[in-house]
Amino acid sequence: MGSRPEAKKKISGDSQQFLSVSRRELLAGTAAALTCTLFPVSSLVPPRTAAPAEVLASRERECLEAMVSRLIPAGADGPGAIEAGCARYIERALGDAYQLLRKTYNEGLAALHSCAVARGAESFAALSAAEQDQILSDFERNVHIGDYGNSAAFFEMVRRHTLEGMFGDPAYGGNANFAGWDLIGYPGPRMYVSPELEKMGAKLPRSRVFAKQLVDGSR
Amino acid sequence: MAPVKLPKTDVVVIGLGAAGGLAVLPLALSGLKVVGLEAGGWFQPSDHLPDEIRNNIRHWPHAVQKANQEIPTAREGLSGPPLPRPAYHPMMNGVGGTSLHYWGQSWRLTEWDFKLRSETLRRYGPSAIPEDSTVEDWPLSYEELEPYYERAEYTIGVAGKAGNIQGTVDQAGNIFESPRHREYPMPPLRSAGFTDHMAAAAKRLGWHSYSPPAAINSVPRGERNACYYHGFCGSGGCPIDAKNSTAVTTIPQAVATGNLKIVPYAHVIAINADDAGRVTGVRYLKDGGEYFQPASVVLLASYTYENTRLLLLSRSKAYPKGLSNNHGQVGLHYQSHTRSGVMGLFTFDLNRWYGTPAQGTSLDDWSDDNFDHGGLGFIGGGNLLVHMEAKPIEAASMPTFGKVPRWGSSWKAFLRENAGRWAPVWTQISTLPFRDHFLDLDPDVKDPLGYPVCRLTIGLKESEKRAILFMQEKSEQWLREAGAIAIEKLPLGPIALSTHAYGGTRMGDNAATNVVDRWGFSHEATNLGILGASVMGTSGARNPTLTVQALAWRTADHLIREWKSIAL
Repeated sequence: MGSRPEAKKKISGDSQQFLSVSRRELLAGTAAALTCTLFPVSSLVPPRTAAPAEVLASRERECLEAMVSRLIPAGADGPGAIEAGCARYIERALGDAYQLLRKTYNEGLAALHSCAVARGAESFAALSAAEQDQILSDFERNVHIGDYGNSAAFFEMVRRHTLEGMFGDPAYGGNANFAGWDLIGYPGPRMYVSPELEKMGAKLPRSRVFAKQLVDGSR
Repeated sequence: MAPVKLPKTDVVVIGLGAAGGLAVLPLALSGLKVVGLEAGGWFQPSDHLPDEIRNNIRHWPHAVQKANQEIPTAREGLSGPPLPRPAYHPMMNGVGGTSLHYWGQSWRLTEWDFKLRSETLRRYGPSAIPEDSTVEDWPLSYEELEPYYERAEYTIGVAGKAGNIQGTVDQAGNIFESPRHREYPMPPLRSAGFTDHMAAAAKRLGWHSYSPPAAINSVPRGERNACYYHGFCGSGGCPIDAKNSTAVTTIPQAVATGNLKIVPYAHVIAINADDAGRVTGVRYLKDGGEYFQPASVVLLASYTYENTRLLLLSRSKAYPKGLSNNHGQVGLHYQSHTRSGVMGLFTFDLNRWYGTPAQGTSLDDWSDDNFDHGGLGFIGGGNLLVHMEAKPIEAASMPTFGKVPRWGSSWKAFLRENAGRWAPVWTQISTLPFRDHFLDLDPDVKDPLGYPVCRLTIGLKESEKRAILFMQEKSEQWLREAGAIAIEKLPLGPIALSTHAYGGTRMGDNAATNVVDRWGFSHEATNLGILGASVMGTSGARNPTLTVQALAWRTADHLIREWKSIAL
């Protein structure tokens, strides 16, 4: 066969737009003449081993939570990274798409821990916010921690992943209650966007929906 | 174990992306029997989620089965340090290839691009061409390619506004474009508040902005939808089939003829050649087995990096240094567009959240030879573009313009205020090929099958730096005119892997300096054709895809016309 599978799903817009995306029967007559196997791509994602519930040791998790909460602190201006689930996002990714980064995380978190211990604290999480910030600033400026020379790379990676957790699709474990999108005023995914919604100064009603819900029309 | 030998076909095409996925249509319509080998599978509209993590951050992990195993390495200069190897290949595998999720920008090159060398010599003298550049004029003119540009525009569907129809200039379009025979098949994508704002600023500067052409439906086309402007188009496939990838345009039409057989998930490992130097077919792996697909003609249409790599990996008695490489030209004359953005911060909401990156405002006042380069120290210049679609992670990854730290409470407050108030201007400068910029096989890094990956040897020449700095200045001028209160410019430097990668199998009349002839067929293996930007000898100042498609069509047409002499 040479055609892609028929799409049967409906796409829902949030402006009462429903559109069938069924494909025309253009290819109907030719399918039998061709002999290749056909798979919907969605069925070919390599089966994932179930992500272990806990990828990080509890001390590591505590350390990571402390770090992301300094990157995006909670405050009067709204939830921070912890409340939005950024640490959960990262740990879930480490059990799945970012498996290869586990060691990088283990080492970086260990370096953070050793900085805290050097200051006489029990752990990074046990330090005051100001002390945590000092250590993170050192990391950002690539100050070497003993023989650990990857502090800036680690800092940038965690910052990047925290942004993903804060502002990405909530299906990945972060952006809880759409806290990230509320923070930056992102109006949210919608299928159909009218010309009015693209004007400068437009009033943008907020759409708070997961990507999959939008495409499945199951909201 | 010997590969399973399949029945012979007329033409086998390696790769069904923007180039191969287009060439199969004229071939199949002509009655030739075509087998299309594609490393990826089919996608449905419902596979295309508005999901920034999947599409833009993790780069389609479900759709780079082959490409991600062979991510090229890069080094700066012959003795330079290796550049960091990206975790993801920028292109994807799938029927339709990267045209499934590209921005869809579908520019033509200009008359000047095709004769850059002779025009520069004529206007500025020999010193204007950098000494170490290997640039040649193209073996064909814009006029020769124009009918194929038009066919590609009308067949896949390009939305735009003509600026020059047979010499009649229209200010509503791009006044700098080279003459076209007729208007675009669809009106341009609609403008948005922000693009209107930037167009007005350009006008105040006396510049000539226009809506960039895009392979996206601005109006319903056949039974497919017009664009919904949903804001997940860049690196995102279209959930309503409004983006004119070859997967929804030329490929289904080719399949409908009954003359195209598509083999998805085919991992091509070599092109075979006989002792006389003619190619005999293609070896590939699929579902744990190895197959040999014999063919009268082979069209190599993978991406620039893989085109070179597959030739170099295909060694035989006739081609001990790699297929079609007896003149040592495979991999040479490599170029790519490079990093050059300028970001502007505004005091008001720009509302760039939705739309598509192809929905923009663009201008060519500072590209090609549209201005006097005397004393500037570079030739060419760049197209400037601002565009819609700021997805949330992207928006929040904004520069801080030196105003706050990059994290913590003050940054959070800055983000709350400004994530919707910044925009980039992008420049694509016309780069040149240089003697020490090339592709070869990495001596150390291999893919899981044990084959070396492609290695890039690259750099940024002084003339290119001057061009980028010049364009960054123009970008800043544009942003300031539009009301930007702060500017941040990306640092200069070569980029390792590019989605705009050129050369490696350059097209030209001289067999000693080019891999393919003016029609896209190998000077050495005359029944091997090569499609893609790998044949382009200059980059031009804009996205390559439409030129790649026009060239692919022309190569296919030549093959059909000259079938008896090429296929023997």
